[in-house]
Amino acid sequence: MENFPFGTWPWYVAGPLIGLTVPLMLLLTNKALGISSSFRHVCAIALPRSKAKYLRDHDWRAEIWNLVFVAGLVIGGFVAAYLLSAQRPQLLPDHYYSVKGYLQLLAGGVLVGFGTRYAGGCTSGHTIFGLSTLQSVSLYATLSFFAGGLTAALIAMLFF
Amino acid sequence: MLGYFKFLLFGVYFGVVLTKSEVVSWFRIRDMFYFREPDLYLIIGSAVVTGMLSIWLLKKFHLRSVTGEEIIIPKKPLNKGTFLGGFLFGLGWFITGACPGPIYAQIGAGESAAFITLGGALLGAYLYAVLSPRLPN
Repeated sequence: MENFPFGTWPWYVAGPLIGLTVPLMLLLTNKALGISSSFRHVCAIALPRSKAKYLRDHDWRAEIWNLVFVAGLVIGGFVAAYLLSAQRPQLLPDHYYSVKGYLQLLAGGVLVGFGTRYAGGCTSGHTIFGLSTLQSVSLYATLSFFAGGLTAALIAMLFF
Repeated sequence: MLGYFKFLLFGVYFGVVLTKSEVVSWFRIRDMFYFREPDLYLIIGSAVVTGMLSIWLLKKFHLRSVTGEEIIIPKKPLNKGTFLGGFLFGLGWFITGACPGPIYAQIGAGESAAFITLGGALLGAYLYAVLSPRLPN
């Protein structure tokens, strides 16, 4: 806790603050925490004539709040890194700033976007919100997230 | 317009906490998946326990939202995508060091390469939209 709030926040501060988002959003806005749905909204806005039912029939106008929320996330990242840190924290390794790195991020990003939409949620919607509201589907989803991440870790350890 | 302002504030709050606890750091995500440190597991665990306790209290006292509405907790559907999609997302989480929230926070924190992660995620969501009628469900 030294140098709070400019140092790294310890888990026992960060965890409860993250968890409190669930009841606070329900009480103050009556909306469920969720972030990966924003990918769907953006695609639906960008491609209004898409043949895909998932985008064409999507009422994104009712979900603008979610895009405002993720805009806040960007601002929050800025505030934390530039105003609440002695030095801007490095969040991605240098080697990702190369052609090979960009391709890795692109491929990984595709997996994140495809996977979270197929699973119906991400770490926020399933792990934080879904588990908090005792939904068994979110437990299966969370275990699958970690199965994927740990499999990737094993592959990286064995072959790279 | 003002109605949307509270969502912006919630986003800022969430983005600050994620960034200051370094949940948005590729390095910390690697440490988590390689079991090099327990911090991220403790963050996720204590977040879920806090969420569960507060939802339990919300229900126990039959609390309503500030506007007096009954609180709606959307039910998430269970299907094969829960497992298959979840697994694919996990692979991507390991590679990019970012789940969806952190992608946005990384962009704000000045990691310009995260724009590529976001571009990939949008492409991935588009691919899901196109392929979903043919995916196992």
